Amino acid sequence: MKATNTTIRVCMGTGGIAAGGVEVLDAFRKELELAGIKADVKKNCSMHKVGCRGLCAKDVLVDVIIGDKKTTYQFIKSDMVPRIVKEHVVEKNPVREWMVGEDYLAFHEKQFKVVLSDCGSIDPEDISAYIGVKGYEAAKKVMTSMKPGDVIETIKASGLRGRGGAGFPTGAKWEIAGKQDSKQKYLICNADEGDPGAFMDRSVIEGNPHAVIEGMIIGAYAIGADKGYVYIRAEYPLAVERLRKALSDARENGFLGKEILGTKFNFDIKVKLGAGAFVCGEETALIASIEGQRGMPRAKPPFPVYNGLWGKPTVINNVETLANIPYIIRNGDRWFASFGTEKSRGTKVFALTGKIKNSGLIEVPMGISLKEIVYEIGGGIEGDRALKAVQTGGPSGGCIPAAMVDMSVDYESLIKAGSFVGSGGMVVLDETDCMVNIAKFFLEFTQAESCGKCVPCRIGTKRLLEILTRITKGAGKEGDLELLEKLSKDVKAASLCGLGQGAPNPILSTIKYFRHEYEAHLEGRCPSAVCKELLTYYVLEQFCKGCGACLRACPAGAITGEKKKPHFIDSGICIKCGACFDVCKFKAVKKE
Amino acid sequence: MVKLTIDNKTIEVPEGTTVLDAARMLNIEIPTLCHHPKLTPFGGCRLCIVEVKGVPRPLTSCTTPVSEGMEITTSTPALEDLRRTVLELILSDHPNDCMICEKAGDCTLQELAYFYGIRENRFGGERRIYAKKDGNPFIERDMEKCILCGRCVKVCDEIQGVEAIDFTYRGFKSKICPTFERDLDCEFCGQCVAVCPTGALTGKTWNLRGRQKDIKEIDTTCSYCGTGCNLTLHVRGNEIIRVTSKEDKWNEGWLCVKGRFGYTFVNSPDRLKKPMIRIAPKLSADSYQLTANLFKEVSWDEALDYVASKLKEIKGKHGPDSIAGLSSAKCTNEENYLFQKFMRTGIGTNNVDHCARL
Ligand SMILES: Cc1cc2nc3c(=O)[nH]c(=O)nc-3n(C[C@H](O)[C@H](O)[C@H](O)COP(=O)(O)O)c2cc1C
Ligand code: SF4
Ligand code: SF4
Ligand code: SF4
Ligand code: FES
Repeated sequence: MKATNTTIRVCMGTGGIAAGGVEVLDAFRKELELAGIKADVKKNCSMHKVGCRGLCAKDVLVDVIIGDKKTTYQFIKSDMVPRIVKEHVVEKNPVREWMVGEDYLAFHEKQFKVVLSDCGSIDPEDISAYIGVKGYEAAKKVMTSMKPGDVIETIKASGLRGRGGAGFPTGAKWEIAGKQDSKQKYLICNADEGDPGAFMDRSVIEGNPHAVIEGMIIGAYAIGADKGYVYIRAEYPLAVERLRKALSDARENGFLGKEILGTKFNFDIKVKLGAGAFVCGEETALIASIEGQRGMPRAKPPFPVYNGLWGKPTVINNVETLANIPYIIRNGDRWFASFGTEKSRGTKVFALTGKIKNSGLIEVPMGISLKEIVYEIGGGIEGDRALKAVQTGGPSGGCIPAAMVDMSVDYESLIKAGSFVGSGGMVVLDETDCMVNIAKFFLEFTQAESCGKCVPCRIGTKRLLEILTRITKGAGKEGDLELLEKLSKDVKAASLCGLGQGAPNPILSTIKYFRHEYEAHLEGRCPSAVCKELLTYYVLEQFCKGCGACLRACPAGAITGEKKKPHFIDSGICIKCGACFDVCKFKAVKKE
Repeated sequence: MVKLTIDNKTIEVPEGTTVLDAARMLNIEIPTLCHHPKLTPFGGCRLCIVEVKGVPRPLTSCTTPVSEGMEITTSTPALEDLRRTVLELILSDHPNDCMICEKAGDCTLQELAYFYGIRENRFGGERRIYAKKDGNPFIERDMEKCILCGRCVKVCDEIQGVEAIDFTYRGFKSKICPTFERDLDCEFCGQCVAVCPTGALTGKTWNLRGRQKDIKEIDTTCSYCGTGCNLTLHVRGNEIIRVTSKEDKWNEGWLCVKGRFGYTFVNSPDRLKKPMIRIAPKLSADSYQLTANLFKEVSWDEALDYVASKLKEIKGKHGPDSIAGLSSAKCTNEENYLFQKFMRTGIGTNNVDHCARL
């Protein structure tokens, strides 16, 4: 039997693989063979791995495309495959109950995909798939018909700004590098991505590595570099593997190496693995790391475009920045500049996580409101609780309170609100999140990741963390809030690199918008009932049925009570583990 | 040349000069801890921050190269406030035991704490405690006092070319260590000791021997080899208790292990101060009968006569080429010249060599 025009796509990003993507893919192979759909597999029924499509929570996601009709299934396990093949592929009746629902469609509707446009639809391990969607046409066009200066002008006109954090205009950076009179220049792709919870760059490399490589070729041509590096963390084995495969395929196809496509332009790319220090994402630390030194930042100026890797002019661009380049060259600067805001053009990929229904990877036009992201794309808050804040920008970012949810998401607006686009982490916080605790979480991270070079960051973040810790433990002292603010400002002003300069932002922004929570802690209360030391557990007599479940669950023996009579928690013995709270079926245990 | 103004004073300096160096040319004082003029800039202590017109955040003057028309302010209430915070942070993680520290009186951190009048500390908290001491024979490494200025790491790499130590760990736990935190096992040149601004690195032999104020400094030339490094002997009473070297002399203050730490022989009771002649009877070509007194103390005249007569005897019996001379690197050029002259014309042989060739 022949299946006409059938394509089966299995999501095989890190999320997909973790959920069993490999087994699902194998199951499809086996079932199709059993069903006799083996003949003409290549022509009529192709099946391939695709990279991340964003909604990792619903993995393994599978597309069954018959003719021009695409059906997407969610939460697929290998044992579900026989039924899909039988009912859908053979009998043409899609399995309705396994199909994605409205939330999946809503998740995608408000997004606008540039960088991710081919992620999730092409096989990242097949260069011909990329070429099939006009891949490497931009590089060809640039090398055969454009002068380096024209390329730079195009990128400048597009308004593209760096997606790695600071939002520096990419065209301007390239222009300075292009002007440097040096025989040797370098282009580095920053794929270090160390922010907790961020996985944008990983997904781009896993889903479409050739777009990044093509962006690098174009960038190298524009600035006159003949050597490139991708600095990528070793904790991303799949991305590394796909990147390496893509590089060797690109080399074989003549897109990298000497005299590329018959032109005089030479360029090749090396992969350099990072050992997972967050600070190595900072450009001067990254350079030190490539040079074999300890990854410690150095003071700027001089900036790397003047004096970078091995002392030579070096452009460092983020993965997403570079992946935008081929699309800009192909579709034109005007096309790119047509979305976004006046100062923040184009789209931005965010890793949407936290207390949100649809967590995953999203790409949205700059200038979209935070509200649209949270409530439309994200589908609202888990358990329909109330939104408290959205934390953006990772450990250097800040918290935007629910009251400001109408604000536009772009570089300027976020900075004005005391936060940061950063590399694109977006953590949604609800009423059960304690803001002091959130600030403490980020400080724990920055404090541990500080490279130790400069005093304000090395010792300052430690002291900030100590103050936050004692506040969350109810041991805060008078004046602690003021001291926290003062030290935060000083660490921000005096630190050497972006890590230390940004580390106090989570504190400053939560003090700015949630000062009352800090004050409550100093008075001995955690309003969100998160900070253990500030909680008291007690039994609401009117709800207690005297079932004794809590009494049996309490490891400290703090609960007493007779059968069928209200129980009692002795707060002097209680160790605040929360076992009684979790075990009570009648919601009779309260914590405050 | 680049023209700029610092605290309203105009100066012209060569391109590539740092703001700190330009300020020093104008005799403007900027506090520093991690900077060392002979080492590449580090930018870690953040004390040397200055305001640059048009730049939103303070920049470290030790790392910032001058540029045309720059307008620098080196001291404002905001800058001094940040410096004070930085110092308090350092001191919040410091043993503060100046009372018994070898470096007291000569310590940059102590001096800055003094000038900034830091008595109270807003930021008490955890302090690094290291129980294990480094068991090497020469250098006391008290890493609790280390402020991680990186000077020792740089001097060892950039000047000595040894790279025996480097930064390890991250954040508050950062520490300067030899590989795998083993005991230091290097050349023991002590350049690191020389550049350390605090009491973290000192000589083991310095321990509790005397304060700087009781010391007479005597400049001399090292007699260990013909290089002739300048030494400053720190003498208390009639005892050398430490040796340093001046940075403005030709060896720029750098020494080797012998010059820096090999001074204890001077006061050793075992030291030979007078010539001695062996008196024990000879048993064979290379052994002597063990008697209570192997040697007898003699005058220089007697000793030299003895040597001369023996040399003559050997020369007479076996010819001049049966004698060879080996001179010492501890002698001056002139002495070495005289020695080879003596061998060639006095003894009559070309068998003459020098320990530096070995
Ligand atoms: C502590 C720290 C970590 C950083 N981590 C990253 C990172 O993981 N990826 C990245 O692209 N940029 C990171 N950056 C920003 C880079 O220093 C640099 O600005 C960026 O790679 C430039 O690329 P762009 O112009 O394309 O944004 C980090 C900066 C700091 C201060
Ligand atoms: S701010 Fe932190 S990470 Fe950056 S140089 Fe200073 S210590 Fe290192
Ligand atoms: S004694 Fe010399 S070689 Fe040894 S660590 Fe110090 S500077 Fe390096
Ligand atoms: S041991 Fe001394 S020179 Fe080395 S980093 Fe510590 S304070 Fe600086
Ligand atoms: S002297 Fe400039 S930062 Fe330490």
